[in-house]
Amino acid sequence: MNDQQQVATPSSSSASSSAAQHSERESEYPLIPPADVYQDGEGITLHLDMPGVSKDRLNIQADKNTLVIEGDVQIAMPAGMEPLYAEIQTTRYQRSFTLSGELDADKAAANLSNGVLSVSIPLRAELKPRKIEIKVT
Amino acid sequence: MFGNMSALETLVDELRRMEGGIDQMFGPRSTPAGIRSVARGTFPPINVGATDNEVHVYLFAPGLDAKGFNISIQQNLLLVSGSRKLPIKEKAIYFRQERFGGEFRRVITLPEDVDPERVEAKYRDGVLQIVLRRRETAKPRQIQIN
Repeated sequence: MNDQQQVATPSSSSASSSAAQHSERESEYPLIPPADVYQDGEGITLHLDMPGVSKDRLNIQADKNTLVIEGDVQIAMPAGMEPLYAEIQTTRYQRSFTLSGELDADKAAANLSNGVLSVSIPLRAELKPRKIEIKVT
Repeated sequence: MFGNMSALETLVDELRRMEGGIDQMFGPRSTPAGIRSVARGTFPPINVGATDNEVHVYLFAPGLDAKGFNISIQQNLLLVSGSRKLPIKEKAIYFRQERFGGEFRRVITLPEDVDPERVEAKYRDGVLQIVLRRRETAKPRQIQIN
């Protein structure tokens, strides 16, 4: 997984000024990013909506049993801005999924584009569905 | 064998009943809704903030490109519309489809003093940021006492 090492410690990375400003009043419950999850012959693919998260504020960890996705929203705001209306009041996303043994988490790949995170986890090679030829005799 | 099932069903029924109670307490009839307000969870979510000079509108609309938005302003009503296409992967088995797909349109009521001629928009990391300038005359002014 490409992004894993560099972003493994999101809390210790320099917190954004906006995130620091919001941390006091922000609820401790993170946002749950909406997800599409599907499986095809290659494996499982997830798409998650995480607007406002840049690549360096994203943390993805996968082990044999769990996939954990975390991200911090960082948006440049002018100093002294007063909120007038807010439907998004949290600056942190978190969501986790359980994995099953037939998935090869070591070969997982992630891509972040315009706030949409895509993660694909391939099936173990020996478990990929095989087309069974039927011989007509 | 199915003993747990009935317990789960009872729990689900119980949760539904509680949900109904909560809806009655906080539901649409309890307090009048803003005339331009929308249902919770409408795509895309919006935040609005203001400084003395500017009003900033943030739309959390990931997965589009900058050309995918149609932004217009009528007096102090800002209209943003667009379409987000979520291609369905054929021959795949979908377990979850929670993300919004299709046409969207949102109307944002802005403070009265925004200047509709001076609007800028940029799209980054899936967030559309619209910056509107406030009119000079509306800014707080220091008055000297002679």
